[in-house]
Amino acid sequence: MKGKKSATLEDAVGRIGDGASLLIGGFSDPGVPEFLIDGVCDLKRRDLTIITNNPGFRHGGIVRLIEEGCVARLVCSFQWGLEKELDGFRQLYDAGNVEIVPQGTLAERMRAAGAGLGGFLTPTAVGTDLAEGKPTMTVDGREYVLEKPLKGDFALIKAFKTDPRGNLIYRKTARNFNPVMAMAADYTIAEVQEDVAMDALDPEIIVTPGVFVDTYYVTGWYKIGKDRSG
Amino acid sequence: MSEQTNLLTRQQIAARAAQDMEDGWLVNLGIGMPTMIPAFIPKDRDVMFHSENGLIGMGPPPAEGEADQDLISAGKELVTMISGGSYVHHTDSFAIARGGRLDCAVLGAFQVAVNGDLCNWRLPNQTSGSVGGAMDIAAGSKRVFAMMSHTARDGAAKIVAERTYPLTAMQVVTKIYTDMAVISVTPDGLILNEVAPGLTADEVQAVTDAPLNMDDVGTINVAA
Repeated sequence: MKGKKSATLEDAVGRIGDGASLLIGGFSDPGVPEFLIDGVCDLKRRDLTIITNNPGFRHGGIVRLIEEGCVARLVCSFQWGLEKELDGFRQLYDAGNVEIVPQGTLAERMRAAGAGLGGFLTPTAVGTDLAEGKPTMTVDGREYVLEKPLKGDFALIKAFKTDPRGNLIYRKTARNFNPVMAMAADYTIAEVQEDVAMDALDPEIIVTPGVFVDTYYVTGWYKIGKDRSG
Repeated sequence: MSEQTNLLTRQQIAARAAQDMEDGWLVNLGIGMPTMIPAFIPKDRDVMFHSENGLIGMGPPPAEGEADQDLISAGKELVTMISGGSYVHHTDSFAIARGGRLDCAVLGAFQVAVNGDLCNWRLPNQTSGSVGGAMDIAAGSKRVFAMMSHTARDGAAKIVAERTYPLTAMQVVTKIYTDMAVISVTPDGLILNEVAPGLTADEVQAVTDAPLNMDDVGTINVAA
């Protein structure tokens, strides 16, 4: 069998082109695939759409992508911290290229995409600014907002361990958006702390089956914020 | 000002709200003041805390040298997990929130209206707000309690007849804990349950922009 391992970072992310949409895992810092993001930065692509919970609170990572002018559009639930100090974010926002999505809706829209659904009805955001322009429907007396699926050309995710088929397990709260993003992209790239032999992971504890993973790159353990001074 | 000295501290508000967390509840805590609640839960109660980044059974901050960079709260603080906790991914975490498995969410607020409308995600003059999980959690919890200063920094009332701030969720708040009072939000209007020691019901009413029922007002026990 042909394993899914990418020998180099370039091999893992090289097929990402200008204009691609990227689902990028992480909540706050845990679970952010820092190696893969730096790999994309080094490609110097343009007009990327970034879909992620929080683009970052410090320099490095997705903030580096924004600062280097790679990002045309941002979809997130929590951008707080960026607008105050980051001109690149401010420009995106002022141009109407930042879409704020409630966190649970963000996750569920990706699940819908991964599950082949045309959308779903949620009570979240009924009557609020974030439901403006969206169809609503009353079911059994309760009002819901229609939300559409959200898919990516690529998912960039971080996991704890993989086997050669890309079966993944995660660590603690670094799991967060990574499993649902793996489902919702045409091509999923995982950075993993460690790769293990076939049968070394108990099938009962696999969180993301390898069917959702196209390739992985092994980073070893590293301290979160590897490129940041503060 | 003499009335300033009678306001509860943030810890005292958290301690009061903690008394209403019932045995067996699963509770989500908003960023800021609500995160002080766990330290004040009575020892004989089994209350579990849900953190929307995928942690069921959130424990206190780690002891010196025992922090794990992969274990944080939704407020980005390093935390621990209690015995019997579990990790879930984001869709499951929000299924818990939206699906009615949270017995209570205690959230900060900019404004609460008489009808229970909650406003806590964006100021009116802010161009971009950060919604995070606030709308999902407020819409899905069995109960939503608001925890906040009674008035804004400029003295404006935060408990109002009709909201003027951007809405987070409609008609969800049933209880309000402030530095002056505990107030119930009911279909018949606001009921002033308790006031801080040294304050009168009239003093609370004076800084509340909606009528308070004052038929049965107690005093907040700050000894706990």
